[in-house]
Amino acid sequence: MIRSSFAERNLQSLFPLPAVIFVALLMVFPVLYTSYLSFTNWNLTSGMPATFVGFDSYVRVLTEPRFLSAVARTFAFTFFAVAIEGVLGVATALILNRAFVGKSLAKLLLLLPLVATPVAIGIVFNLFYDPTIGLANFVLQSSGLPPGLWVSHAKSVIPSLVLVDVWQWTPMITLIVLAGLAGLPEEPVEAARIDGASEWQIIRWVTIPMVMPVILTALILRLIDALKTFDIIYAMTGGGPGYASETLNIMGFKYSFEYFRMGQSAVILVVLFVVVFGCSLGIMKLRTASEV
Amino acid sequence: MNKKFASSVIFYLVVAGMALVVLFPFLWMLSSSFKTQVDIIAWPPKIFFAPTLQNYQKVFGEQDFLKYFLNSTIVGTAAVGLSLVLGLPAAYSIARFTQKKLAVFILLARLMPGISFLMPWYIVFSRLDLMDSYTALILSHTLIALPIVIWIMSTYFATIPPEMEESAMVDGATRQYAFWKIILPLSGPGIITATTLSFIFSWNNFMFSQVLSMEKTKTLPIAVYNFLSYAEVDWGGVMAAAVAIMAPAIVLTMIFQKYVVKGLTMGAVKG
Repeated sequence: MIRSSFAERNLQSLFPLPAVIFVALLMVFPVLYTSYLSFTNWNLTSGMPATFVGFDSYVRVLTEPRFLSAVARTFAFTFFAVAIEGVLGVATALILNRAFVGKSLAKLLLLLPLVATPVAIGIVFNLFYDPTIGLANFVLQSSGLPPGLWVSHAKSVIPSLVLVDVWQWTPMITLIVLAGLAGLPEEPVEAARIDGASEWQIIRWVTIPMVMPVILTALILRLIDALKTFDIIYAMTGGGPGYASETLNIMGFKYSFEYFRMGQSAVILVVLFVVVFGCSLGIMKLRTASEV
Repeated sequence: MNKKFASSVIFYLVVAGMALVVLFPFLWMLSSSFKTQVDIIAWPPKIFFAPTLQNYQKVFGEQDFLKYFLNSTIVGTAAVGLSLVLGLPAAYSIARFTQKKLAVFILLARLMPGISFLMPWYIVFSRLDLMDSYTALILSHTLIALPIVIWIMSTYFATIPPEMEESAMVDGATRQYAFWKIILPLSGPGIITATTLSFIFSWNNFMFSQVLSMEKTKTLPIAVYNFLSYAEVDWGGVMAAAVAIMAPAIVLTMIFQKYVVKGLTMGAVKG
């Protein structure tokens, strides 16, 4: 029998301890503090301490039209971005799922948008979207279409931002689904082929159902990040024109670091967290169901 | 035979089309970084032009870009280092003792919107006089890198057969010894994946640095963003800055392509 020291016997709790303490100090306590602040009314610039006001800040924020539009906008942006990325990403993966010359190069190209700095990408797309010098309007006019205002107009700003998100993050879904496809057994596909199924039938009724759990996981990962999208919106529009592209994350940022209304900002942050958490939980349920 | 040939031509045309869509913004950014302001605002947009280096001279000469470059490197390296120190034992523990609760805890860190702890940090760091300090910035970036390290490494450790440590422990080694001397030396590929990916995420981070850093500790994404604050956007300068900020991440990705793909997909495919 080996003599075991205290450390050796308690390795199970000692090994993760530093990481747990770190996350507790830098994340758990701050989040609890944010939740506490949501029950106060506190303007950081006033020099006054925070005063406890119960649900007053909630009532003020939740009845504000600007907030309600931000909620709707966050959902709209996320829904369209993730839906388009899901369809394009899965389609691309199905196309690339075969051996071909240059496959490794194709995968490298798919990685590039994922590692590109979002702020810089946002600025490059601003150059495309510029109404007077941008390539986007040049393409439209060359094909005989009227020019657009892109991110400079309230009606087109969200679709324009969705397009940037789609460009940057579709490859992530493609790569994840490709990895999932590579791990599938070949027998079901061959069996279906012998039974005379067409290529489309095989994809629709054999391949996609088998890879569904992976697709849903990819969508969860995208959904979590899309709900929190900050960099490209802040860099490209700052939430404008007016409030036309202000999502919850942008609004929370402005309330915290431009208006310094910490109590109301905390309410927005609590709502954002609940939204992210709720949506992820919903899709995880869906994923568990799809595995049965 | 002919039909097969035609279908593979179509296939390659489709792939080339997709490659163009992916590459185009990079190519446009690169070419614009060599254009004068006159060439950039020309209508119709110019594909052929006389290249100039003036934008890069401006970025690296007047803008103190090297300092921001150094800041980004310091913060990213320190945050990744700290994350490995904290994260490797935790990841090992999750993999070997199947600590579900701990894994969920780490997943929550990935889920939580950064701004919900950034706001309290701002208040606390201001009080502690830690605004614009490397300490604050490194701590905040560690919270980006740590979940990535633990996520990737716990999956990686799980692929190493437990017999590796067990046979050493039968011979009298402690589990700690086995972890440091047997498991970690076998984990090179996993550590490369975790390091590359978490460094890139720290490198690209905008929100934390925008709030916590000022002139002294300013990182590259903030420097690039600040280019926009001038009355008339200096497109050539900002494109040169964009190229400079993306180049290291892209070079890293090219070198460690296999590992980056694994890191981005492993959690999703296995979990």
